Amino acid sequence: MGVWVSFFAVIVLIVIPWVGAQGAGQYLFGIVIPYVAVLVFILGFVYRATKWAKTPVPFKIPTTGGQMKSLPWIKSNPLDNPSNNAGVIARMALEVLAFRSLFRNSKLELREGPKLDYASNKWLWIAALAFHYTFLVVFIRHFRLFMEPVPGFVGLLESVDGFMEVGLPRLMMSSLILLLAALYLFLRRVAVPQLRYISLAADYFPLFLIIGLVSSGILMRYFIRVDITSVKELIMGLVSFRPTVPEGIGVIFFIHLFLLSVLIAYFPFSKLMHAGGVFFSPTRNLPNDNRVKRHINPWNYPVKVHTYSEYEDDFREKMKEVGLPVEKE
Amino acid sequence: MYNKGTIITGLVIFVVLFTSPFVLGLVTSGPPPEPELTAKAKQAKQCVEVKEFMVESHMQLLDDWRNEAVREGKRTYVATDGKPYTVSLQNTCMECHSNKSKFCDQCHNYAGVDPYCWQCHIAPKEKS
Repeated sequence: MGVWVSFFAVIVLIVIPWVGAQGAGQYLFGIVIPYVAVLVFILGFVYRATKWAKTPVPFKIPTTGGQMKSLPWIKSNPLDNPSNNAGVIARMALEVLAFRSLFRNSKLELREGPKLDYASNKWLWIAALAFHYTFLVVFIRHFRLFMEPVPGFVGLLESVDGFMEVGLPRLMMSSLILLLAALYLFLRRVAVPQLRYISLAADYFPLFLIIGLVSSGILMRYFIRVDITSVKELIMGLVSFRPTVPEGIGVIFFIHLFLLSVLIAYFPFSKLMHAGGVFFSPTRNLPNDNRVKRHINPWNYPVKVHTYSEYEDDFREKMKEVGLPVEKE
Repeated sequence: MYNKGTIITGLVIFVVLFTSPFVLGLVTSGPPPEPELTAKAKQAKQCVEVKEFMVESHMQLLDDWRNEAVREGKRTYVATDGKPYTVSLQNTCMECHSNKSKFCDQCHNYAGVDPYCWQCHIAPKEKS
């Protein structure tokens, strides 16, 4: 169900600028919506992050995948179970840059016998790495449209990315890998019954949105060409706060821009926020020093305590009368 | 808010990085380029195909030209309006657009395009 709802939602999002980006509508889709989307993205991102930051962590979570640091003759695992901040930073860096928790993904199978079988399953990890890194490359490549003069690293990246020199404009490998990886991430959700069962519209929608975004970009670069100079003129107008809409930009550009606007405006309120959320993961960002430093529950209520010695002070005479032993005479 | 220092630092870095093109755009952005036509190009009125097509898809036309000329030896291109052209970057294109730095490079530099035409072809010497 979710898959069809998301699919048609994205189709509608493609049709809206297709119909609307004519004449004066180009100001709406070329200027107003992108500005609003960027604003929503930044404010929404800060809002979500501060909301998370306000949530107290009552205790440290030591159930991480490695031996904690204890006695010197027990070999500890400083990366999976760090006892200090340096270890936490290394663990977080590996998680963010190399998706370590996906690397540990395993497949569970019930075989004949009956026999339970666990096997390593790296496909998700490989596809996720390919997806995120090519998306980053594509994002950086777009800086040729955001910056004037174009910074040198963009040209360098393009020459590596277009190394194969297929066609003109040169085929960028990253675009193709990005599309294939996104398609794989979608197909695994529909092909694997267990995954299909737990997948919701909130999982399919961003995937379709990104597939739509990438496809419109590829179409615009290689098939339905637009005048790139006018496109840059429009974008430079946006980033220098002197917005203009040059004549004669094809509608495919407005579809691409609208899908992007929807994506970034939707970003802070969706699962895509894992980009910021990964830094808030308690099992990743807390050092396991439970027995070295006392972690005080931030919402601890100041408990009124009544110690035994105070109790004895209150009732000493009565205790003596009935013959109970007291610690202080 | 917990871990205020770290989280606010992280958010500030994020916002600054994300808005940097806007800040830089305010400082550095110039007017869009205006490729200059030579007198000869102006006189011809139309390029091989109509202007809109040339602006958007000249690179694909050049790619087709190259493949047809080099691989199939097809040296004549018949335009949509029926006019035949000799397939040659140096002799046909650059004959009118002899001002590479004022014509080609204008938009190519603006949009950060690095065409590899001149890896094989010799760029024309310009009279300044």
